[in-house]
Amino acid sequence: MIRDNAPELLEVRNLAAKIGERAILKGINLRVKAGEVHAIMGPNGSGKSTFAKVLAGHPSYEVTGGDVLFEARNLLELSPEERARAGVFLGFQYPMEVPGVSNSAFLRLIYNTVQGARGREELDPLEFDDYVREKMKLLEMDPAFLERSLNAGFSGGEKKRNEILQMALLEPKLAILDETDSGLDIDALRVVANGINKLHSADDGIVLVTHYQRLLNYIEPDYVHVMEGGRIIKTGDKSLALELESRGYDWVAKEAA
Amino acid sequence: MSAVIQNLVNQPYKHGFVTDIESDVVPKGLSEDVIRLISAKKGEPEWLLEFRLKAYRHWLTMTEPTWPNVKYPKIDFQGISYFSAPKPKKLASMDEVDPELLRTFEKLGVPMNERAALAGVAVDVIFDSVSVATTYKKKLAEVGVIFCSFSEAVKDHPELVQKYLGSVVPAGDNFYAALNSAVFTDGSFCFIPKGVRCPMELSTYFRINTQESGQFERTLIVAEDNAYVSYLEGCTAPKFDTNQLHAAVVELVTLDNAEIKYSTVQNWYAGDENGKGGIYNFVTKRGLCKGVNSKISWTQVETGSAITWKYPSCILQGDNSSGEFYSVALTNHHQQADTGTKMVHIGRNTRSKIISKGISAGFSNNSYRGLVKIGARAAGARNFSQCDSMLIGDKCGANTFPYIQVANSTAKVEHEASTSKIGEDQLFYFASRGIANEEAVSMIINGFVQDVFVHLPMEFAVEATKLLGLKLEGSVG
Repeated sequence: MIRDNAPELLEVRNLAAKIGERAILKGINLRVKAGEVHAIMGPNGSGKSTFAKVLAGHPSYEVTGGDVLFEARNLLELSPEERARAGVFLGFQYPMEVPGVSNSAFLRLIYNTVQGARGREELDPLEFDDYVREKMKLLEMDPAFLERSLNAGFSGGEKKRNEILQMALLEPKLAILDETDSGLDIDALRVVANGINKLHSADDGIVLVTHYQRLLNYIEPDYVHVMEGGRIIKTGDKSLALELESRGYDWVAKEAA
Repeated sequence: MSAVIQNLVNQPYKHGFVTDIESDVVPKGLSEDVIRLISAKKGEPEWLLEFRLKAYRHWLTMTEPTWPNVKYPKIDFQGISYFSAPKPKKLASMDEVDPELLRTFEKLGVPMNERAALAGVAVDVIFDSVSVATTYKKKLAEVGVIFCSFSEAVKDHPELVQKYLGSVVPAGDNFYAALNSAVFTDGSFCFIPKGVRCPMELSTYFRINTQESGQFERTLIVAEDNAYVSYLEGCTAPKFDTNQLHAAVVELVTLDNAEIKYSTVQNWYAGDENGKGGIYNFVTKRGLCKGVNSKISWTQVETGSAITWKYPSCILQGDNSSGEFYSVALTNHHQQADTGTKMVHIGRNTRSKIISKGISAGFSNNSYRGLVKIGARAAGARNFSQCDSMLIGDKCGANTFPYIQVANSTAKVEHEASTSKIGEDQLFYFASRGIANEEAVSMIINGFVQDVFVHLPMEFAVEATKLLGLKLEGSVG
């Protein structure tokens, strides 16, 4: 939802970043206020995923210019874990498989770490078990997931549900979801999207990075941005996504040129 | 390679102190005279000297194995001193042990005296080549368990030693076993008589103290019918720039329905971060499941040594006997490990299980090498093997060399293998959930080794977990 008086969560000013010697982000500007949902669309290689990773602090990328303010703090000065504790969440396109580490132990560790950092109460294993099972209902997840190794052998859809489960536990102020819809069949897409919608409130912002319009049928964006060549070249409302679906990306690039 | 990964394994070696005790050292070099000297110093019977000389003569005809996936300069076997004992060495009780030595063991964290009592651990301590003190001998004697240094066993139970010595690892078995058979100086002996369940875990702590001395200890454990024992072995060595050779032989024998559980935490000095110095750990460990329904289980946590070359094995001779091998091998910096097991199925319905976890960091190279051999008579034999490798950083290597030979069509052999790595992306995943790198690595590693650590006795598991943490500290971060 768009509200004029909503507090500003994220302000990205002219952000540039490179990996190795290759410049990927070339001056991105974006403002996200509490309660808003932003979709970032664009062709392969336009820099969408890089943008998501840079916001979360991936060490492979070097920021070469610009500023990022998160709740008026300089986000770029924080380590990735500090960003997470401060309320930035990145939902991975390809979540890591970690054999031998039980999902429940991992979920409890991240929950308690972030709770502790925010000065809130931590939960013991039994309390946490009750708590996480409630959250799992939101995503129609079988409690058996808790006993499995973190993401190991999970199907694409199971991994994405597990990502959103982590989002539910960490209650981020800003959730950046990178291609959360990829690898999901239509039923799983509906479940995951409903979960995200239920987690979303007037206090937090969501940035959806996606190729396709179909996710936006379930999660309605307030803004749609088109990224190309490391810049946002067009911004519109949800109708822009539909237009991209029918016309492709080329016309936007031509229009912007 | 990012700065993030570079430092995780750079914890200085904590056991690298040298104890200043006068040692009785035989001059360097190896000959029949040296062997006679060692044997005479130890007041050995004639048959044992013969055993040594026979092994030595056989050794002279052998060449060093070159098939392991490790590289090192040729060892000068004439440049090694084959006998080193703390002086004086007449020790009947703990009070007589050199206080300097006790402080050494304290630094090593060896549980002795009251600590041993609380922990319920009987410790046989091997310092260089001579066993200095054995605790709890009395209590064990009450139930008929013999637990003493190898030298004492030769004196007090020669018939048992003579019966079993070399019965599992023949004197000429391989180059290093032959060398050990010729020059072994001490070790541990353990005998569990029929029907006895050893009332406590037995523990031996090995330490190499003298520069340029080799350590050649010999361990022999026999469990008679229906007997059970759990045996723990820990190893450390001080820091020297030169390489030291450790060529031990361990033989286990289980008779009908007997079980031996053998656990090792090996933290010999691994050399410095440039690969200078460190122990060459060339060890032959083998168990013979001689009786029906008998069981031998090896659990090893190998974190030290410049080079590790060992394959704790099981010969499954008795029908329905079973062998297990649980291993964690961690290499860092320039360490090399070529380790695994051999499961030789001879009897019917014999079972074996292999779980191997290799962790490589730095510039190290870590190989699993294992043989599963099913003989023609081994109807219904089963094996399951799982070999997992984990790479930390991108300058290290991991290899798996499984050998499977099946001569009986009713046998079932399964082999699974995986390779995973801890790299920037894995750590970033944890970081993006608020977890700092050190904690992430520790969680990933602990998860990785869990299937093996559950088989360690509780105390050892705690120690081993700490050890892994120390060895990897600073390799990411």
